Amino acid sequence: MSSSPSLIVFLRRWWPWILIVAAALILPFVLPPFRLNLLGRFLALGIVALGVDLIWGFTGLLSLGQGIFFALGGYALGMHLSLNSLEPGQLPEFFSLYGVKSLPLFWQPFNSPLFTLLAIWVIPAIVAGVLGFLVFRNRIKGVYFSILTQAALLVFFNFFNGQQKLINGTNGLKTDTARFFGELVGSDGMQRYLFWITVLLVVAAWFLCRWLTSGRFGDALVAVRDDEPRLRFTGYNPTAYKTLVFTVAGALAGISGALYTVQSGIISPQFMSVPFSIEMVIWVAVGGRGTLIGAVFGAVLINYAKSLISEQLPETWLFVQGGLFLLVVTALPDGVVGWWRKGGLRHIQAMVGWPPLAPTYPGLDLDPLVQAEKREIEARALAEETGSTGSGGLP
Amino acid sequence: MTALLELRQVSVSFDGFWALNDLNLSLIPGELRAVIGPNGAGKTTFLDVITGKVRPTKGDVFFRGRSLVGISEHRIARLGIGRKFQAPRVYHNLTPRRNLELAVKGSHSPFTLLFGSLSAAQRDRVQQLLAVVGLEAHASQQAGSLSHGQKQWLEIAMLLAQDPEVLLVDEPVAGLSDEETERTGELLRSLAGDHTVLVIEHDMDFIHELNCPVTVLHEGHVLCEGSMDAVQRDPRVIEVYLGVEDPA
Repeated sequence: MSSSPSLIVFLRRWWPWILIVAAALILPFVLPPFRLNLLGRFLALGIVALGVDLIWGFTGLLSLGQGIFFALGGYALGMHLSLNSLEPGQLPEFFSLYGVKSLPLFWQPFNSPLFTLLAIWVIPAIVAGVLGFLVFRNRIKGVYFSILTQAALLVFFNFFNGQQKLINGTNGLKTDTARFFGELVGSDGMQRYLFWITVLLVVAAWFLCRWLTSGRFGDALVAVRDDEPRLRFTGYNPTAYKTLVFTVAGALAGISGALYTVQSGIISPQFMSVPFSIEMVIWVAVGGRGTLIGAVFGAVLINYAKSLISEQLPETWLFVQGGLFLLVVTALPDGVVGWWRKGGLRHIQAMVGWPPLAPTYPGLDLDPLVQAEKREIEARALAEETGSTGSGGLP
Repeated sequence: MTALLELRQVSVSFDGFWALNDLNLSLIPGELRAVIGPNGAGKTTFLDVITGKVRPTKGDVFFRGRSLVGISEHRIARLGIGRKFQAPRVYHNLTPRRNLELAVKGSHSPFTLLFGSLSAAQRDRVQQLLAVVGLEAHASQQAGSLSHGQKQWLEIAMLLAQDPEVLLVDEPVAGLSDEETERTGELLRSLAGDHTVLVIEHDMDFIHELNCPVTVLHEGHVLCEGSMDAVQRDPRVIEVYLGVEDPA
């Protein structure tokens, strides 16, 4: 008797997590390896999208350069994997093409797995922190900030693209054929592990962002977004907040880039292309700014749609993406998740002329005292009615 | 008595236009002062100079004998100078309680906000201020949905939460009902003494109510100072408010 309501309460409270755990456990054995790999990659993109939501959705900083930090994370892991499976004294293959005889100095530390695990997120975080501090301290904001981040992205892109001798330039680094713990990174078994790691890290990143945005710190971020001068006159230094949150977004982008790299098999300067960084913003806009879960949702949904549509009708994807963006800008300013939270279902019901369910009070229906009173009132009303008809008198 | 806040020969030029011109003004601790002046007299620029938003082209601003020129806004605020803006500026997407929790006196470093929590004293202060401005019942709704008057009061409460030594209040009763105006006047009068309060206002009846020394600004400098009655009889003040009488 008592177990079923508590089970319902349990399910109602925990269903999203039950769903996630179940999906993470079942999907690797249900989906074909190709689809599983795609899902893992898109979930990895969800992490960079969480960072974009943190800085744009909550703090109002529209960065068009998150590709920098994404690619830096990818390169860090890519470099380690290039070195990892070599015989002692060997160099990664591409070096011989350009006549490089000894390993460049900055490659050396990437021999260490521990250093690499740190470098994946610490290096992008440092770059983001320094760039952010300089920009925010000079009170560059709004569209100027966006242009500046895009310019920085182009600088990084051109640098990585042109440095054949250092990091194989435009060809990038392949990770598929590298070995990790003795197994090929591109193998199905390894990809399954990477999928699980990705799911874990998406959840961890979500918790981190939620923690950052829920308390007074999160309120301060919203205040920076909504009225920065006001916050200054209250005694806050917005530069510190913006730099900190931009650094966190950079670190998240780095982790995302590393996970994406090992699941797509290559890291190349294309990860720093201008359109890719703009797409990150579109995922968040479509999923819902300032909702966190919308960022992950948008990243996965749009990229899955992109891959499905591109398989069928390769030419149409850009039109679909443009249309989605227009739809969000004109009709769904809060994105899909924001729209849902503001009663999206009721909007549809109203649109098709199907009246929404009236609110009920199940608590009242179950309360014996209320029910007894209700019966009493009904009985009295009935008695009065019959009484008045009995007397037959009209005023 | 020594001045708490003093502007000495402050001039501010915006591309050749002198918004403030050789302005001298000083406030003694605990004073309540009203500043009036026709549109374009430089009233808001004058607050911008004190709070560090605008750097004076010439002259200097002293707070407790220390120059404020070149110090950034948030440091001036931390020194104890609080400001209420002309149009109510509250954080619309946060609740009144959270607005006040951001403003309440204490460390404003990101790490304190992340890892620390509000002390019992800070929480009590927020609750008390919600009661003072009558927003207890609205404490958990979005501040954007408050009425204009409620937003004005919330911003005044935010200013009080900062617990500044000097309160610079720009048009606190704009758009308020008569009763709200009266209560705002009472509140400001009760603050003077413990705090130094400077009020900029257009509403002459309200200034009368405040019953305090008045400074009249005109074209960026002080035209005259004195009680409201004296100021109102001053021919120069009548002239700038009503325009030069046609001799013909």
